[in-house]
Amino acid sequence: MTTTEPPLTEAAPGPAQTCPVMHGTQPAAAGRDLLNYPFSGAVPLDPPVEWEQVREQCPVVAVRLPSGDEAHLVTRYEEARALLADPRFTRQIPVNAESRIGASEDGGVFSRQATSGLKIFEGEGHLRWRRLMAKAFTIKRVESMRPRIQALADELVDKMVAAGPRADIARDIGAILPVRVIGDLLGVPTEDLHRFATWSDAILTLTRHSKAEVDAARQDFGIYLAKLIEAKRAEPGDDLLSELINITDSEDGRLDMVELIVTAMAILVAGHETTANMIGKMTAMLLADRSRFETVVADPSIVPSAVDEVLRFDTNPSIGVPRYVSEDIAVGGAEIGAGSTVIVSPAIANRDPRRFPEPERMDLRRTNNQHLSFGAGPHFCLGQPLARAELQVVLGTLARRLPTLRLAIDRRELRVKQGLIVVGFEEVPVEW
Amino acid sequence: MRIEVDRELCCGSGMCVLTDPETFDQSEEDGVVQVLRTQPSAERQAVVRSAVSGCPTSAIRLVE
Repeated sequence: MTTTEPPLTEAAPGPAQTCPVMHGTQPAAAGRDLLNYPFSGAVPLDPPVEWEQVREQCPVVAVRLPSGDEAHLVTRYEEARALLADPRFTRQIPVNAESRIGASEDGGVFSRQATSGLKIFEGEGHLRWRRLMAKAFTIKRVESMRPRIQALADELVDKMVAAGPRADIARDIGAILPVRVIGDLLGVPTEDLHRFATWSDAILTLTRHSKAEVDAARQDFGIYLAKLIEAKRAEPGDDLLSELINITDSEDGRLDMVELIVTAMAILVAGHETTANMIGKMTAMLLADRSRFETVVADPSIVPSAVDEVLRFDTNPSIGVPRYVSEDIAVGGAEIGAGSTVIVSPAIANRDPRRFPEPERMDLRRTNNQHLSFGAGPHFCLGQPLARAELQVVLGTLARRLPTLRLAIDRRELRVKQGLIVVGFEEVPVEW
Repeated sequence: MRIEVDRELCCGSGMCVLTDPETFDQSEEDGVVQVLRTQPSAERQAVVRSAVSGCPTSAIRLVE
């Protein structure tokens, strides 16, 4: 069976049955000429040409991962959304699965979840866990945090202005605001927050760190959290961690100590790194064509829809959402064999013309913009109300305080951080 | 038109509350959807439909 035709130069969607898909149960033939995934765009803010090619070629295409293993990439909106909500596609990728995602020996962060043996990642256990966490992320709770986020954004812009007229949005806002907000929410002392950057990078490594480095980071992070939990147990605060410690200490089966530490780690890592990157990417996307930023300056009421549009439009997204199948399942007319790893790419699906009118146009007033950047289904991003609020506050503040903001370098000089599962720019230099 | 929700499917994202706060709310305890008006007025139906299609777990449905 061959799946190795070079990408079509003329996108011609054929009947789904013509899409060749290999089965995960087959041994990977050496030297198969598959597309390497993730694709790397030639210009940082342009989508890789492969996105449109694979989407128009097939709803599911075979790709090669950084680990060298093969996986199925889901490329269209309808299939992607359905798959993310389908419990037959599990998050628990077995360690002996044919497709490890990352190049580290244990297959990276996604494979490690599977070995944890914790019930909170899937099914009923996950639903119960989700119910425990959801109260911290309701729309009302997040709205009540907005004044604090706004004060922080103003403080950071004050510092930028005092040191200006140049700054690096990635360093001066992205690296500070989300971690401070998630630290407040969870109850982590501000003076400890700088330690998370190293741990977080190691945990989210794709190719950058060795397994020994990742293990060391996880261990240090775990020890730090265990100590923090002890301290909070003695002296509880008005924060999520103190609430969760209460639940753990009640020993009613809702959340044990290991689950508590894993949860705190996950919230700290997920709660700042993705949004930190997105602050830089959002600013770069809007300034790369200044008419976009000017549209927001002229009408700040569009900030919410503008934020969702940059989330949809993100050209430097994470690797995508991996799922594992333990039975043969048809997706978009193609058979996916038991034992396969499937990767859903929200970014590719977000530009599917079957779902979004004029998908390649950034429309900051777009309505009905149900992009998949936060996923879909039971694992829909827990922190999305907070991420949205942070991005909205940052954009609104930049537009109000620095209406002459522009990129200080050519957009082609933006450098992408390499080797992590989440993607962002090393620097986003701006001036005003 | 009547709104029905599946509490087991709901992941507590609050997307419905963001889209139509007059019709939907969330439990402060576990984030699960609460329907404030199960029979929306004619003029609210468009925004309710948008909340239905925007639910990430398809936990809201309309019975015509």
